Formats: sequence, C-alpha cells, structure tokens
Amino acid sequence: MPISHSKSSFVASREACEGDVLQVRDLHFSYPDGHSALHGVSLKLCEGDKVALVGPNGAGKSTLMLHLNGILGGHGEVEIGGQRLTRDNLPAVRAMVGLVFQNPDDQLFSPTVFEDVAFGPLHMGLPEVEVRARVDAALEAVRMSSYKDRLSHHLSVGEKKRIAIATVLSMNPSILVLDEPSAGLDPRARRTLINLLRELPITMLVSTHDMKLVQELFPRTIVMDEGRVVADGLTMEILENEEFLTAHGLEKP
Amino acid sequence: MHFDAFDRYHEKESFIHHLDPRVKVVVTIVFIVSNALLPDGAWLAFGLAWLFLLAANALSGLGIAYTLKRSLIALPFALIAVTVLFSIPGKPVANFSIAMWDFVITDAGLLRFVSILIRSWLSVQIALLLVAATRFPDLIHALEHLRVPAILTTIIAFLYRYLFVLTDEVFRLLRARESRSASVTGKRSGGGVFWRANVAGNMAGQLFLRSYERSDRIYNAMLSRGYTGHLYTLNAHEMKPSDYFVTAFVVAIIFIVQVIGRL
Amino acid sequence: MHYSPVPMHIPDGFLSLIVSIVCWAASAAIIGLAISKTNKALGEKQIPLMGVMAAFIFAAQMINFPVAGGTSGHLLGGAMAAIVLGPWAGMLVMTSVIAVQGLLFQDGGLVVMGANILNMGLVTAAVGYGLYRSASTQSTTVKPGVAGVAAWLSVMTGALLTSLELWLSGTSQLQMVIPAMLGVHALIGLGEALITVSALAFILRTRPDLLGADSESAKGSRGWVVVGALISLAVVLISPLASGDPDGLERVAINMGFIDTGLSAPYSIIPDYTLPFLGETAFSTIAAGVIGVFVVGAIMMLVGRGMKAKA
Repeated sequence: MPISHSKSSFVASREACEGDVLQVRDLHFSYPDGHSALHGVSLKLCEGDKVALVGPNGAGKSTLMLHLNGILGGHGEVEIGGQRLTRDNLPAVRAMVGLVFQNPDDQLFSPTVFEDVAFGPLHMGLPEVEVRARVDAALEAVRMSSYKDRLSHHLSVGEKKRIAIATVLSMNPSILVLDEPSAGLDPRARRTLINLLRELPITMLVSTHDMKLVQELFPRTIVMDEGRVVADGLTMEILENEEFLTAHGLEKP
Repeated sequence: MHFDAFDRYHEKESFIHHLDPRVKVVVTIVFIVSNALLPDGAWLAFGLAWLFLLAANALSGLGIAYTLKRSLIALPFALIAVTVLFSIPGKPVANFSIAMWDFVITDAGLLRFVSILIRSWLSVQIALLLVAATRFPDLIHALEHLRVPAILTTIIAFLYRYLFVLTDEVFRLLRARESRSASVTGKRSGGGVFWRANVAGNMAGQLFLRSYERSDRIYNAMLSRGYTGHLYTLNAHEMKPSDYFVTAFVVAIIFIVQVIGRL
Repeated sequence: MHYSPVPMHIPDGFLSLIVSIVCWAASAAIIGLAISKTNKALGEKQIPLMGVMAAFIFAAQMINFPVAGGTSGHLLGGAMAAIVLGPWAGMLVMTSVIAVQGLLFQDGGLVVMGANILNMGLVTAAVGYGLYRSASTQSTTVKPGVAGVAAWLSVMTGALLTSLELWLSGTSQLQMVIPAMLGVHALIGLGEALITVSALAFILRTRPDLLGADSESAKGSRGWVVVGALISLAVVLISPLASGDPDGLERVAINMGFIDTGLSAPYSIIPDYTLPFLGETAFSTIAAGVIGVFVVGAIMMLVGRGMKAKA
C-alpha cells in the first residue's frame, strides 16, 4: 500500500490531509488527582499514514492514546472515520481503533493465544465461524499462525508483542495505535517487529522513544511535550533540528 | 522465565490426552469418591484401583510409573492421621514410649491408618495424571461445561494467566532482598523477627499495589477490545461417542471395584 | 524454584465422604451467596481485578520471612483478600486460589476441596473481614493492628474447622488434633498476622484511597462485625471444650450420623492422658483462650503503631 506523503510545514498541522481516519481537536484532560495531562491537543491522520508520536515521559502520549478509543474522556473532540466519539457509538468506534498497550502481559490476559485473539471479535458479537476466520487471518498477518494453541505465558517478549498486535488486528480496525512497540526487545525481535510494522497495510500511530525506529519507519512525526503537540511534520526535518530535539528531551538518532 | 517449574502438563499424543476434558474431570472425581467409599482394609479393591491407575498411566504415554514417582506429595499430611494408630481399640501389635507417654499401636488402628494412606495415595495420583494429560485452559473449559459459575472460571483463568507473571515479580523481589542481605562475620544479621516480617509485609504490600495497577491496565485493554461487562467464550470441546463410551466403561469398572471392596 | 505448598490443605483420602459432601454443600451455599452479592454490587472493572488479585494471593503466599530454626512465616491471605476486596469478592478470590492449588498442584484434594475452601477461604474471609470491619472507620494506626488480630484469628478458625473435620472423619483423635493443629497454627497465624499488618500499613501509606471510606473494603455491611464476633467466640469456646470434654462433642457427632458407632468406643489407649499445656478444666482453658486473644491483639496494635511511626 502506498504511503501518502504530503508537504508539511514545520510545527503546523498538515493542511493537505482531511483527517479522514482520525481527527483530534483541542483535547484537554486532567486526571482525577488534579494532574493535568493534555492541554489542547489537535492532530489529523489520513488513510495509510504511518506516524510516530514522540516526546519525553509524562508528555501525555499514553493519555492521548487512551482517548482515541474512549477509555478516557476529556474535553474536546475525537473523530474516528468521520464519526464523533460519543458514549453511544463507543463500542463501534472501539472496533475501529486497535489500541496495543505497552506491556504485552497486560494486553494478553487470556490463558491461550487463540482465546486472546478471539476476544475482540467475540465481544463485537460476530458469529463463531467469522471469529475463527478473523483469528486465523490476524495470526497470519503477524506471521504467528502456528502459535494459535500456545499458552500466552510460554511466549517470548517479541512473540507476545506480535500476538498483542494480532489481538487488535482481528477486530479489523481502521487505525492501529501502538504504545512503545519496540521497548524491551532484543535486536532480532526488534527487527522482526519493524519489518512487520512496515508490511502491515494499515494506518498507524506509534508512540515510541526509539528514534532509530522513527527514522527508519515513519515519514511523519508528531512531537508532544507537557501535554501539547509541539511539532507535527516530516520526520526528516524534525530529526535535523537538534536544538529543538534537545529542548524536548529527545535525541538525534 | 520460570514457567517450567509450574506447568504440570506434558505434551503427548495419547489416548488420555485426546479424551474430552470433561470426561477426565468426571472420571477423576468418580475415582476419588470411590476410594473414599471403600471400607478400611479392602485390599483387593485397593489393588484393583491401583491397577486401573497403572493402566491409565500407560495409556497416557507418560510411562507406567509416572504418577507413582510423584505420589508422595501428600505424605506429610499423614502425620495428622497418626493418632488413629493408638486411638482405635483393638489387639496391641506394638508399643513404645516417648517421654511420659506410653503408645500402644493396635491392629484396628494400623488397619485404619494404612487404609487412609492408601486412599490418599491413590487419589492424589489420579489428580496428578489429570493435570499432566490435560492442558489447564481445557480444564477450565471443562469446568465451564460442568456448570461451574462463570465468575469463578473467569477468575481462575485470570489467575492461571497471571500467576506466572506475578510469581516472577515475587522472585524478583525476593532476589532483590537476598542480594542486599549481607552479613558481617561474627554478627547476627537480618535484624529481629519483627523487622524481617515487616520487610516481607512491605513486599506483599508492594506486590498488591503493582497487581492492583496491573488490573487497571488489563481492564483498559479489555475495554478497548469491546468488553462491556459480559464475557464471551468459544468452547472448542464436543463430546464424541468414544468419550461417552469411556465414561461408561470407567464407571462400570469402578462399580466392580466397589462391589469387590464390599465382598 | 518450586511451588511450595502451605500446610492445612487436606488431601483426598483424609476426610470421609459424608464430611466432604457436607463441607461442599456449605461451601457451595456460601459461594452462591457471594456470587449473587458480587453480581449485584460489582462494576465490570471488578472481574479483572478479582482475577489479578487471585494471582496476587497465590504469589504473595510465596513471600516468606525466616523466623528461627529453619522455619519461616508466610501469608495465607484469607483475611487480607477480604479486607482489600470486601468480604464477598474476597471469598470468590480465595475459592479460586484454593481451586487452582488443588487442581493444578495437588495441594489439597478435589473431593475434599469443599472443606479446604470452607476452612481456608470462606471462614477466614468472614472472620478476618468481620473483625476488621469493626475498626474500618478507625485511624490508620488502629486499622492494621485490628487486621492483624483478625488475620491471626482467621487462621485459628480455619485450623479448628480442619481439626473438627478430620475428627468427624475418624482420621484423628480430638484430644490430639485440636491442640496440635491450634498450636502449630498459633505460630503460622502469627506470621500471617505480621505480614498482613505491615502489608496493610504499606498500602495505607501509599494508596490510602484503596482502604478509605469509598473503597470496596469499607462497603461490607456492619452485619459482618456480628458474624466475625460470633465465629471468633465459637472458636474461643469450642477449642478448649473440644480438648477438655471431647465426649460431649462426640455425642453430638454420633447423633448427627458423622461417626459410625464402631469408632465411638471410648478412646482408652493412652491412660491418664492429659495435655499439660491446656490445663485441667474447661473453664480455665476458655479463660486462657480469651486472654491469649487479647494479648495477641495488644501486641498487634503496638506493632502496627510502631510501623506507622517508622513511616
């Protein structure tokens, strides 16, 4: 699948993109303990975009991701596939946003791989035949077909990460949202994962500290710091600006 | 990676492995109930029950002595039954004294003691075989089929999934404690009992909080995949005619064991 | 690294079928009640919480601390589970833990599982929570102390029930099994109490909200206080009676059909059998039991206070 590149001005949202897959407008959020995590975040993603989300710890990346399928609900608008996220369409929207959490031990909560990959489709109310077909397709997509009957706690970290991706692919999402996919992986498992992410023909928003991964895989990068989007543009240009990176706790790869 | 020490399942392609897990659960329970029902000193019936076990072992492909080798785990508990040796009236067969007490072992007491041990020994072996030849998730499915309330099977499924993760955390905590527990030659190390208990309690508290926070994250992961408070499962198991046949066959054998035990 | 079993799980073969069935019936009834109560009260979030908490109890039982002479103290967790999750959810969690220990590790039998669940899961949770609930509105100093007493008594209650079941099954002699089980578990209970106290003190320091007024922990009805008090009273009364006057209990057991008369002949084996550490009369041992409970309670209170002060 071709990846859409559009011209982008530095520290500006891309005007060429209509945001047909995902739009976030002026999102604010504070945790119950008063800690304020998001201050007016806006961004747009288009069909086929593969976008990196970087920023120091506590920048609000994970909080933002939890808003994308309504686990957290702040002030502002989130639109998925042109539908505004409300309490009523939450189940439908959740199926469109495949959220993969950082720790695969949190994501894989069932005893077997099959049960975990089937969880999403089952809870969407699909019939058994369809559920089984979806599980097979999702495992095939992450090259883990032979792991269907394995026990989750027998998998290596790299295997768990790939199965975790399969658990949301089985819901046929229109956008994949990954939190720190390469964290804790050895070089070989990381390479396998990068290849997988490159091959998957799906819109992606990936939060990461792995700047080499950003450079290699994502044409576009969004930088967050202190609850705000401080940069949104071509990865190449952002990574060139060393002063800017340092100011936001990042490093040139 | 610690999972091996916990997993009791042994992958094999055997007759026993391929039985429906429900059949295995039911047969196991029937066998244990039968042992409990056999009268004291029903040696022939105990022997037949053991032959049944040996046959099941052989059919499981795990080796005829598989459960025998692991069957002593309940032995320490035998201590609790020791008093029947002396407490049941009968002909004295041996006596000895410890400190101020005289102990007289009677024939009736011995009979009962040995019978209790044999019942326990047989029962623990079939339970060992059950988990060695059945994957635990299949066992959970069997419980679902056998009408164990869904809330319990769900907790058990989570427990099984996370006991590996959390025991790993415990061992990391214990190792961290170990590596900081130095001692100076000639000095007692480790503080008083209360101090040590406090350290252990803090570890438990820490583990609790980590587990609590983990359950939050798991809940989020479930929510984002469509969980709304009701859990759905696909249960892959269907009883085949051979499963019914095996159940009937085993129940018949156990019935015969019971009859022989009462002759 | 091995799974280390906790003593008190009865294996199959040690209880008679009738005792096993009665215990299963009692457990099933209580579990059924717990399920209907939790279904009404729980949010959807409680399912993963209870699941992970069950794994937590299982794992926390492996945390030990050396006491003396190669022995070590550790957690059983019944009181702790009930205190942090509320009594009904705590019972379901403990039931699952004991079920997995029996099913997966043969730590405790299957047909006798009803008894094990009753002794170590349901009764411990009821006593533990009942006593704790009486102090749940108290200060953060008092709370862990009371929880310690509750934890100790919960273990003693479980041990007493276990003894009675073994005796009713004709597996052990009453005069011996009760002092032996209660003696050993007075120490095990101390380990349980100490860990429970400091674990709760730790939680109160770091996440007081989890045990605060709005938590599941505080939502259990006040009726639990009565339940806890009644069970503890029964323990304090029965234990010395059972060892001091076994004939009385025995008559009840025979009348109820637990013990067949073949076993009921007076135990005539050890002449002049007395237990010096339990005293001569039933009254003196009841008094000793009551005093013991208060002494342990006072110690726990002080320990709780000390730990709080350190923090």
